[in-house]
Parts: sequence; structure tokens; C-alpha cells
Amino acid sequence: MSAVAQLKPKAAIAKPAAEVTSLPATPRKGLTMPGWVKTLSANTLPPLVVLLAILAMWQIAFSSPGANLPTPTAVWAESSDLILEPFYVYGSQDIGLGWRVLTSLERVAYGFGFAAIIGIIVGAVIGQSVWMMRGLDPIFQVLRTVPPLAWLPISLAAFMDSRPSAIFVIFITAIWPIIINTASGVRNIPQDYRNVAQVLRLNQIEFFFKIMVPAAAPYIFSGLRIGVGLSWLAIVAAEMLTGGVGIGFFIWDAWNSSRLTDIIVALVYIGIVGLLLDKLVSYIGRVVTRGTSEG
Amino acid sequence: MSYLNISHVDKTFATGTKRTEVLRDIRLDIDKGEFVSIIGHSGCGKSTLLNLIAGLTDVTKGGIKLDGFEVKAPGPDRAVVFQNHSLLPWLTVYDNVKLAVDKVFRATRSRAERHEWILHNLDLVQMRHAADKRPGEISGGMRQRVGIARALAMEPKVLLLDEPFGALDALTRAHLQDAVMDIHARLGNTMIMITHDVDEAVLLADRIVMMTNGPAATIGEVLNVPLARPRDRIAAATDPAYLKARQAVLRFLYERHRFVEAAE
Repeated sequence: MSAVAQLKPKAAIAKPAAEVTSLPATPRKGLTMPGWVKTLSANTLPPLVVLLAILAMWQIAFSSPGANLPTPTAVWAESSDLILEPFYVYGSQDIGLGWRVLTSLERVAYGFGFAAIIGIIVGAVIGQSVWMMRGLDPIFQVLRTVPPLAWLPISLAAFMDSRPSAIFVIFITAIWPIIINTASGVRNIPQDYRNVAQVLRLNQIEFFFKIMVPAAAPYIFSGLRIGVGLSWLAIVAAEMLTGGVGIGFFIWDAWNSSRLTDIIVALVYIGIVGLLLDKLVSYIGRVVTRGTSEG
Repeated sequence: MSYLNISHVDKTFATGTKRTEVLRDIRLDIDKGEFVSIIGHSGCGKSTLLNLIAGLTDVTKGGIKLDGFEVKAPGPDRAVVFQNHSLLPWLTVYDNVKLAVDKVFRATRSRAERHEWILHNLDLVQMRHAADKRPGEISGGMRQRVGIARALAMEPKVLLLDEPFGALDALTRAHLQDAVMDIHARLGNTMIMITHDVDEAVLLADRIVMMTNGPAATIGEVLNVPLARPRDRIAAATDPAYLKARQAVLRFLYERHRFVEAAE
């Protein structure tokens, strides 16, 4: 029995049980699209279809003569100039939505920029020191729940001018998630990195730039991302109240002069700009934190 | 007075009202250029002892002196190779070593000299080829090599290795043990290595410090390893002196101080 079993493999090598023949390659059926076309259409077709469906429903729903809101075709008919020409200038108050968005973005840039710098520093201090944390965290937890616009009257009283007030509102809105995320990022720095810093005798500044910021970068950037979203929310609301040139004031102005179609176009602008801001911060975060999350 | 002198060191950790005595009356003298292994069951406080020498933890009682100076805080004269390499993942291999070299030699060496020194140390551990890679892109053994290069680059008076090969597979571990022996032979550093591997302790060390079980662990026995250097792991495996030392450590660990799971 065992002898037969031993022989078997040898026989198999000497004489294959079946012949191996290669099959002719069959040409692939169907459309052969390049890969990128496929992925592009897979990503853009569904939202496009959904968008068209929504527009169609909207059109049908508000087509009756007594409807309160304009239909998509009415928006196009009355406000297409706002869409097609974002950067026209016909006078000091009659400018394209692109300019208005840029004005608002400038305010966001100041307010959010200050919030980012101060938020990261304060967050780092709180994350490093247990006593600072115990002292400040409860206060921050209360302050961060205050809605952005509730700060406006106080900041108007303090600054006596609408422009710095709007910037302050953005600052105070964006700073909390940045502080809280930075602090938790700093608290989560592995003890190993701290030990390395101690053995090397890095001073506070070296530790901040060489260990703390890179190690906490993923947390910091998620805070910045939430912060930039909140700033954009706040600026629109703040401008509606303070006036001036921004996109928020444009909406308020359009409402006062019953240009509903303009408001709808402005809403689309705000949505798209908000999305781009979010994508921008998350892109910067991805580039900067590359390598921090080690595999 | 010896090069490194640990005299009557106690360490007690206090959390709230609960006090845990980890180490009691540790006395040890280590000469310059000596290779000492510290072995003991897990939880016996051997890592704590290393942290005390490194200055990362403060002693509760007693004192540690290195080259005549009291150890009070961590410093580059007592470089540590950590168990999990602890390279900074956002820096390349080169930049990880550079961070240490720049910090220690900024005042005393020129930029070009520091650059040469970084490459020299990467050469010592045969990692120059990966200088531009990030820690996430190289294997665990390679990361540990870089960790050793970073520690060596500080030109420490004593090199502290905290279970440096514990997380590696057996083959990689053997390679790195050879690398460490080679470096020790070439540079003559004073080295202290924590380990829980009996063969590693015997093969690498001039003396093996055996710790009793905690709490309040102390040094149970110190064993000289009278093996000639350079040592070869294959020849050593049949060397009577090696086998005798190995047996002595095993006796200590498994007969006289058998590990008992601490009851909470």
C-alpha cells in the first residue's frame, strides 16, 4: 500500500493526466471606456440625475399661479445675470455676487486666521497643563454653546464699527472647536514622543514646533475644518445684520426689495463656497499630516 | 567610584492615597565600557529602573551618579533606545537622526560635519540606504536600527536599551543582536539592556543583573558571563561557560523566583 502511494507522485510528473491547451483570447464585449471616464461618470452621473429630478419636482410644485416661491425657470429668467456674470461692477452697491463672496471671504480669512493662530496656541497650553485644563475647560464648554449672533451686539458695542464686529463674531465662533481639538490632540501625544523630547532636552519652543504640532496635526486640522464651516455660517448671518457689501447683506437687501430669485442664486453661491472652503482645509490637512498617521 | 553608580535607590509610585513600592534598595556599580543586561519577570520594575537611570522618572530615595554627576533629569548623555522605536513618523530616517544630532552638536560642529556624522551613524546600523524613507515605510527591525543610530549619534556616556528587540521576530532579533555586539566591540560604549530573553542576556552581556519579583523588587543576583569576545552565537551554543551561565539565569528565574500572577 505504502509503496503504491509513494510511486504515485512520480508517475504523475512523468505523465500528466490531462493535456494543457491554451485557449484563444476572447475579445471583451461591450463599450471599452478609458478608466477615468468610467470613474468620472460614476461620480457625477448620480448627483446630476438627482439634481435634475429635484429641479423638476420644484418646477412642478410651484408652477400654479398662486405659488409663493419662484420656479427654477423663473430664477433663470430673472437672475441669470447673477449666475453668468459674477464679477460685474455697475456702481458701488451694484456689484456681482463674485465680488460679494470675495468680500465675505476676506472677513472670514481675518476672523478664521486669528482663530486658528490663537486657538492652536491656547489649545496647546490647555492640552499640556492639567491645571489650565481644569480651570478653562468648563468656561469654554459654556462659551462654545453661545450662538454666533449672540456675540454681535457685544462686539458692536466694543468695536463701534460693523467690519471688526463681523470679524470678531467669526473669530469667536471658529475658535472653540480649534481649541478643543488641539487640546485633545496634544493630550493624545504618545508618551514615547515626550520621552524622546526629554532625552534630547528640547526646549518649549522646539517641542511645540517639532513634536507637538506635527503629532497633533490630524486633530488640529479636524478642528480647523469644523471652524471654517462655522465661520462661513456665521459670516452670512452677521452680514445680514451689519450690512455692507458681503453676500449675507446681499440676501437681506434682496429680501427687502422682494427679489426672491436673487436670494436663491445667492444660496447656491454660499453652499458652493462653503463646500470649497471645507475641501480646501481638508486638502491642506491631508498634505500637511501625510506621514503623521503611521501604519 | 565607578562610572555609573546606583546607590540605595528606592522607587515608590503614589496615586492618590495608594502607594506602590516598585523598587527597594537597588545597589549597582557599572564600569565604563561594560555591557550589562537586566533580566526579570514582567512587572518586576526593570523598565522603571532604566527610566530612573535615564532620568525620565525621579528616584524616591537614594541616588544615581554617572561619571561623577548626579542624575536629575533626562539628557543626551543617557540615550535611550525605546522598545517601540519611537521614531517620529512625520520625519524621514535621516531627519529623525538629524533632530538628535542638531540638538546635541549644534554649537560644536559645523553643518557639514553634522551631515557626515548622521550618515556615519546610519552606516553603523546599515541603514544609509533608507535615509529618505519615513518610519512607516520600513520594517520593524529597520526602525529599531534607526532608533539605535539616533541614540548612538548623541555620543552618550551610557546607552540604555529598553527591551529593544522584544517586538521583533527571532531572525531579525538575532541580526540586531549581532549588530549591537559589533557596535559595542567597535565603539566600546557602556550599555545597559533590559531584556526578558535569557539567551539574549547571556550572549550580549558581561554581567547579568537578575531582579526579584515585585512589589518592592530588588537585585537578586549578579552573574558574570566569562565568555571571550567577539562572541559567536553558534559557537556559544555549545560553550560550557555559556551553558552554565544560561542555566544559572534559568534557575534564578524559574526555581527561586518563579513568576506568580499578582493577585489584585
